[in-house]
Amino acid sequence: MKHMHPLNRKAARIDNYVSSQTDDVVALQDHPSGPPRPHVPMGCALMFSPGWEVDASGGTAGLCQPVERDIYDCFVTCYWPAQVPDHINNAPDWAMKCATATKDWRNLDIVFP
Amino acid sequence: MTATGTRLYRLGEFHRFEAQGARFLYLVPAGAIFAVDEAVAKLIDCLSSGEASHEQLIEDLIARGVAGLEAEDLIAEMFHSGVIASDESRRDEPQVLPDDFPVQTLVMNLTNQCNLSCQYCYEFGADKLATPEGKPKFMDLETAKASVDFLFSQSGDRRAVHITFFGGETLMNFPLLKEVVAYAGGRAAGEGRNIDFSLTTNATLLTPAIIEFLSANRVGVTVSMDGPKEMHDHLRVFSNGRGSYDIIAPKVRALIQNHRTRPITARVTLTAGVSDVIRIFRHLKNDLGFHEVGFAPVTTSPNQLYAIGQQGMNSVLEQFHTLAQEYLEYALRGESHGFSNVSDTLAELYQGVNKSHPCGAGLGLLGVGPSGDIAPCHRFVDSDAHSMGHISTGIDRKKQADFLSRGHIDSKYDCHTCWARPLCAGGCHHEAYVRYGDTGHPNLHYCDWIRDWTNTCLEVYAAIAARNPEFLQQFAERKALQ
Repeated sequence: MKHMHPLNRKAARIDNYVSSQTDDVVALQDHPSGPPRPHVPMGCALMFSPGWEVDASGGTAGLCQPVERDIYDCFVTCYWPAQVPDHINNAPDWAMKCATATKDWRNLDIVFP
Repeated sequence: MTATGTRLYRLGEFHRFEAQGARFLYLVPAGAIFAVDEAVAKLIDCLSSGEASHEQLIEDLIARGVAGLEAEDLIAEMFHSGVIASDESRRDEPQVLPDDFPVQTLVMNLTNQCNLSCQYCYEFGADKLATPEGKPKFMDLETAKASVDFLFSQSGDRRAVHITFFGGETLMNFPLLKEVVAYAGGRAAGEGRNIDFSLTTNATLLTPAIIEFLSANRVGVTVSMDGPKEMHDHLRVFSNGRGSYDIIAPKVRALIQNHRTRPITARVTLTAGVSDVIRIFRHLKNDLGFHEVGFAPVTTSPNQLYAIGQQGMNSVLEQFHTLAQEYLEYALRGESHGFSNVSDTLAELYQGVNKSHPCGAGLGLLGVGPSGDIAPCHRFVDSDAHSMGHISTGIDRKKQADFLSRGHIDSKYDCHTCWARPLCAGGCHHEAYVRYGDTGHPNLHYCDWIRDWTNTCLEVYAAIAARNPEFLQQFAERKALQ
């Protein structure tokens, strides 16, 4: 927490709880509370458009392309079958507000058929 | 989930305090202690005059110099931690006690006889509850062994159990004490569990051989002692009226010198004539050498001459403040001070306890009298009205449930708006019975006193946490887990 510093055991438990409620979504390899780890772009399979793979350390931050890039492999090109809206008939505007997937992915909304 | 935009915020339940020029919050009923920054203080100010909507709160915070984005984060943090609340905040549901709570401590009153005649004694004095007529005066070996077996069978899967020897004057039945230590020690070893022993005594019957036994068996010793001679002899007298100080002083010195395996504690009862806390502390700690000294005002109905009145309690509190300040100075240097009223409270603050009951009586702790009657604690032993079963037949679950539901914080309505309730939970069941005739009545005559003292201990805790947090590590081990 930014504004409160826990001083006893019960406070530490509340601190954990609040962090779980307020912390932003982070990539698997990002450890906000732990020591920084090197990003080693190894082990990503170049024959795929990277997406569901993980990098050498088991996370996704070391892939040579961001995982969010995969959204369009599913949405437009249907390269990979996944649960994303169908852009041909039902949700052509689904990604209108998401020009750069790595930055704007929060703008992608749920579609109810 | 409600969108934040429609929330109406109000202040949650907490106690604000300052120490060493910094701000702190004690969250209630969680028992959590936080150091907080200026932004939190601003947020609390915003809501001090009443409820506010999310937008309004953001505006107020910006007006007080908090940046917009920062204000959003601040509100989220304060909301989820319970510093501020809204209608959708989770309400605390009363916690149902487990049906079978494992016993951890058994207080064995080895005898109800005593060789002193202290006027204020809750067992023999004017406010006594005990009805010992027709009951055994001394516990016999069979009852004692049955009590030990009872403790082991009722303690579930606890790794450690504890036996406290009590009286009457405990040492008037020392032969039995020795037998119990051997028997219970053997059972614990056989089951691969830990057991430890302690006793409370008036020290009149201590001998070198007894001291050697207590040291060899790591029996913790608390001596009931009220200070220097003139204070101690005021009420702690033999039946002929002669004071007991001269008898016990050399024995206490020998005890402290020769019992090297556990800290030796003095337990002082404060009365109208004996309330010079600092002088008593100096004498017991420095002159006699006790490791720890703890104080409690006498339990009494208010009309007894020795009862401490409001003025006396105020003076006691003032002196507690002085000793607490001294404790802090010692703690910052990493030294032990010995004022156990502070260290006991710090230990609870470290864990952040939030008590359903003021103590373990009738729950994890039980008393057993010389007759084998089970009582909620040693203070109710031998009282027919408070008996809670017998060692041969086990705990009377109906009486236990009645005692525990009376004493539960949820049934003490006066306490529901008090910020000190996580620690106090209404105070001693026995004190409540003597004062109000009901073990479940909150001890309202102490409320201001308890709040002031809790605040003082919070200030000491926060100061230590800020400047010498390593000191608090000694409180990391929970007693129940040892």
